Amino acid sequence: MDIIVCVKHVPETAEAEIKIAPTGKTIEKTGLVFDINEWDDYALEEAVQIKEKFGGTVTAITVGSEDADGTLRKCLARGADKAIRLTDPKFESSDSFAIAKVLCKVVKDLSFNIILTGALAGDDGYAAVGSILAELLGIPHATMAKKIELNSDIAKVNRELEGGMEEVVEVKLPAVLTVQTGINEPRYVSIMGIRKAMQKETKVLDLADIGLSENEVGEAGSWIKIEKMYLPPVEKQAEFLKGSPEEIAAKITDTLKARGLL
Amino acid sequence: MKEIFVLTEHRQGQIRDITFEMLTKGKELVEKTNTELTAVLFGKDVKEHAETLSEYAKKVLLVEDVMLENFNSEAYQKVLSTLIKEHKPLLTLIGHTSFGVDLAPSLTVSLDAPLATDCIDLKFENETLTVTRQIYGGKVNVNATLRKAETYIVTIRQAAFPAEKEAPINGKIIEVSSPLSEEITEKRFIEYVLPPLGGIDITAADVLIGIGRGIKDESEIPSVEELAKALGGTLACSRPIVDKGWLPDDRQVGSSGKTVKPKLYMAFGISGAFQHVLGMKNSDLIIAVNKDPNAPIFGVADYGIVEDLFKIIPPLKNKVYELKGQK
Repeated sequence: MDIIVCVKHVPETAEAEIKIAPTGKTIEKTGLVFDINEWDDYALEEAVQIKEKFGGTVTAITVGSEDADGTLRKCLARGADKAIRLTDPKFESSDSFAIAKVLCKVVKDLSFNIILTGALAGDDGYAAVGSILAELLGIPHATMAKKIELNSDIAKVNRELEGGMEEVVEVKLPAVLTVQTGINEPRYVSIMGIRKAMQKETKVLDLADIGLSENEVGEAGSWIKIEKMYLPPVEKQAEFLKGSPEEIAAKITDTLKARGLL
Repeated sequence: MKEIFVLTEHRQGQIRDITFEMLTKGKELVEKTNTELTAVLFGKDVKEHAETLSEYAKKVLLVEDVMLENFNSEAYQKVLSTLIKEHKPLLTLIGHTSFGVDLAPSLTVSLDAPLATDCIDLKFENETLTVTRQIYGGKVNVNATLRKAETYIVTIRQAAFPAEKEAPINGKIIEVSSPLSEEITEKRFIEYVLPPLGGIDITAADVLIGIGRGIKDESEIPSVEELAKALGGTLACSRPIVDKGWLPDDRQVGSSGKTVKPKLYMAFGISGAFQHVLGMKNSDLIIAVNKDPNAPIFGVADYGIVEDLFKIIPPLKNKVYELKGQK
């Protein structure tokens, strides 16, 4: 099985306080730690496990700046064989459609049985690149996979539904499968993996290399254009309890007592 | 008259809430854009659903086919794109649900129609469609405009709009013969898998102590569990904790887990992404502890504490023990 895994280098924001940049069109990135998108991390692990079971190759591919090499190195250290970075200032402000066009142009000439990617990205959260890519390639897709079983030409996929339910679907290969978190346990990077990664090749391609025109990518090639970012308006705000931890603890228990919960 | 389509989502004989939420928004949009609201319904033996929908929409387009019995993005895409090409609606609303996410992006490619996903609001201004989305796990809002086109596709976040029942409008049900001429071959629905029974039922608990990513390490969990026990409560969690395998999935609160409504919900190190909030926002009393003062969890909590959770848990536990001892 030859597997392509599409990954994205994103800031970790779950635990961070976010500020909007003065342009109002992006967030302040300084001080944020960047890493592989969490959903892609599971997609990468799934790709490596499939390779370990069936043989074949894993190619990691990303659209991003030079900084994304951090994420690609992680992919190589965890078991990917090759990496491709698609980098061009013209790719900036691309939405999921424009990104999928860029990826399509590159992967269509590669040999693959499966393309894996995260169900969504933790930054812009479109949840669309994988299935747009599938449609552009003219192959089927299944999104939000919680379990993948492969036969020679069919993938049996458990898709996550709401409320803890799943549905089982079969798609013909080659296909694009987007992966939900929790599908597997992503492995740690080993020292051996890091050493091996240094021997592996990362190919860097720009707009001209892949043969798309300027107006097919970036804002011009996108469906959607960002006008303004802002912190969500606060409709209802919690009453903040302040003081030393001991004082706060007392305030909490007072509240619980008043409500008959203690 | 131009239409606005709302794609009906139903599963196992039930129309899902997202459909009615989209109909609420659709009704507001047709008034402002001088268009007509059309509910689109695919399935097999779903006339009853069509009757229900006719109380909400001017028109119900009903396509029945054995190949549409269960949701299948390939079949849905073929039928919906045929209807969109024929009717040229101004806009099609689809739920940003597991079904919608599987359908909308590839559908829009086949129609060459602009798409905005996971929207919490949308409006037409000077013939431009502007949407509001939440990004970075609900920590940032973004207003975005769509490239001008004849028809647009927008997926709507669950619970972004209320499901409102107004006076029935007695819409017209129009049966459309299925455009599916050949078998659906690329993708096949096999079966539904229900969550396993047994284990802990967090929906029955009066007190839930929820933990999230901020807990950092599995070894910290027993200490929170002690607090839960002292309060006569049960440990619950947000998705990352289950993903890491630290707690079983019957403890997960949120859209992909359980919806809970305890008397007390305490959230430790949970940022409050909408998927989690959807599952706990109706709790009677919500107390949240998080380091980020702008964490969305503080938008649903009654009381908030901006602090490291590890500084709060030990004194809180002591205080609870102290009070219990006095009883």
